[in-house]
Amino acid sequence: MAVMTMVEAINDALRVEMRRDPRVVLLGEDVGIKGGVFGCSAGLFKEFGGDRVMDTPLAESGIVGAAIGMALYGLVPIAEIQFGDFIYPAFDQIVSEAAKMRYRSGGEYTVPMTIRTPIGGGIRGGHYHSQSPEAYFAHTPGLKVVVPSTPADAKGLLLASIRDPDPVLFMEPKLIYRSLKEEVPAGEHLVEIGKARIVRPGKDVTLIAWGGMVGMCEKAAAKCAEEGIDCEIVDVRTIVPLDEATILESVKKTGRAVIVYEAPKTGGFGGEISAILAEKAIEWLEAPIVRVTGFDTPFPYTLESVYLPEPGRIREAVLKVARF
Amino acid sequence: MGSRSPKAATADAPSAAAAAGPAAGADAPLRLLAPDGSWVGGAGGNALAPETLLELYRGMLRIRLLDGRMLNLQRQGRIGFFGQCTGQEAAIVGSAAALEARDWVAPALREAGVALWRGLPIERLIAQCMGKGSEVSQGRQMPCHHSFRAANFVSMSSVIATQLLHAVGIARAAQLSKDPIVAMGYLGDGATSEHDFHCALNFAGVWKAPVVFFCQNNQWAISVPFAKQTAAKSIAAKAVAYGMPGVRVDGNDVLAVLDVTRQAVERARSGGGPTLIEALTYRRLGHSSSDDPTRYREQGEVAQWEAQDPIERLKRHLLALGLLTAAKDEAIEEELQAAISEGIRIAEQGGEPPLESLFTDVFAELTPQLREQQAAAQAELAARGGPLPSHHGSR
Repeated sequence: MAVMTMVEAINDALRVEMRRDPRVVLLGEDVGIKGGVFGCSAGLFKEFGGDRVMDTPLAESGIVGAAIGMALYGLVPIAEIQFGDFIYPAFDQIVSEAAKMRYRSGGEYTVPMTIRTPIGGGIRGGHYHSQSPEAYFAHTPGLKVVVPSTPADAKGLLLASIRDPDPVLFMEPKLIYRSLKEEVPAGEHLVEIGKARIVRPGKDVTLIAWGGMVGMCEKAAAKCAEEGIDCEIVDVRTIVPLDEATILESVKKTGRAVIVYEAPKTGGFGGEISAILAEKAIEWLEAPIVRVTGFDTPFPYTLESVYLPEPGRIREAVLKVARF
Repeated sequence: MGSRSPKAATADAPSAAAAAGPAAGADAPLRLLAPDGSWVGGAGGNALAPETLLELYRGMLRIRLLDGRMLNLQRQGRIGFFGQCTGQEAAIVGSAAALEARDWVAPALREAGVALWRGLPIERLIAQCMGKGSEVSQGRQMPCHHSFRAANFVSMSSVIATQLLHAVGIARAAQLSKDPIVAMGYLGDGATSEHDFHCALNFAGVWKAPVVFFCQNNQWAISVPFAKQTAAKSIAAKAVAYGMPGVRVDGNDVLAVLDVTRQAVERARSGGGPTLIEALTYRRLGHSSSDDPTRYREQGEVAQWEAQDPIERLKRHLLALGLLTAAKDEAIEEELQAAISEGIRIAEQGGEPPLESLFTDVFAELTPQLREQQAAAQAELAARGGPLPSHHGSR
């Protein structure tokens, strides 16, 4: 197995699937000759040519709308939106069209399309290169939402997303695009959509996170361990469909839950997880559910490190619920 | 459609048509039949086969009659809504007739007639309007939102202009697959203001995609007239910006519509790239059964367009050619009405969609959340007893 960053693992997944399935095409801004602004499609234009790795005009709605058409026809398109912050012009195509096509046509038409987009802070990107818009999309029936937290998961979940018969929004946390390296299985490597991962077993407090925040939770858990608090970490992996069973099992064991996400607090997907815990695990809870999140502000440039949840803030929350 | 090449029919049409058009000039719409049914398409006359001409006539008359019957059903409360197309039949049927069975259609609201032309059974169309469980979409959408996979007629949404990008994507995919199909994206005049109109034409131009954009400029987007939609002199003029031809056609002249659309389709199929067609027509009734156009427009305007009726125009032409007689016309109408009556009868036999259909087809498989919600809904209904809450009623 080769040691890879998440960018390299994504690149590997794209190459594996494009070699395996001639119906797979890639389209987006700068994905061709340049290989993507983060290099996720590096080398693919050279190997597969401009008919399968398409540089498009600069229009997100156009990219997603055309990809929907390609999927309707029978191709397996992977559309790249250069930054999650720029996905909003395509919101209508994603929410009104891709997500509803199977339902409204009684299964006559389907959209087996993957939209890849980098999300989250950590690269000093200010308002428009840092957002985590997963909650907007989690509210859309018919759309799967996947957020990997490791290079190996990025590969396995991306392959599963491309092969999924329904539209998948695959959100790639920029914070750990290159900062994290690990061994990634070569060739075929599938991670099932809809299964959370226990990152670290523990008995006192459950930390629930996804994407770039999983690593923050690991650091916080190490600190807490020094203080005698044993944290279990659940990496949600897929926002939709959510693996409630794994989350509930963990919280019923620990009786305490801290949910960590970097999006603004209000209306964030962690609020949904909190509601699920309140509905289905209230009798097991020993303390209030606490969220550690971004603030209800636009994403800041200079004060980015204050905005983003970090191990110190997570540790404070863990101590609060552990000592409740 | 077993007719000969339309090029022969209109070999020297443009100049003659321009001279005969209502607004002669560089961007005057192509016209082959005058409102009185006389041929103005130049020397040689109309070259379409008699059976083709009669098929076009039947196709237009069928959707005119269907409009009347469906509006009656709506007023009787048997369907909830209807988006009619009275006055636009030539644009609908003429464009549909230019396509082959293997081609694709991404429709807007007023193209149910295109699906019918492509073989959608009329009872299925009506069952969709009734929200019946017997129809493929299981009553999930409002009336007039059809899907017909067998004829590559893509499921329609209510959202404006999104479908144009689907047509471009379909065309691009076919181009990459070396499959000589053409994708037709339908739109109205209002859709030309949407960002997806711009995106679609731009992408199509860059990719030289085999797509035809067919705009039914019916002059009104609900209550907003064309003059408030754009400052451009025409919709066809917008094509220039995307590196494709823009063509104007008299949208109430089915022969002219068929002719320009065939040329655009052939151009796309042979690798020549996209075309934007602007068919000038008029929405004579409301936007839908929910709209009262007397609140925002003069009835005199409507009367002017009634005098340009597309069905009357072809009828006069056929009568003059001796292809139609009053008796034959009456027989055709009776036959079409009988087919609609039979369609209504069959459609009404369909049951309500089952509760299960609320949860299926969100994804290929039910998620745990959907399974749980379905079970809860079933349990709740079982506990309450009786049938599902009624379609229009409250719980």
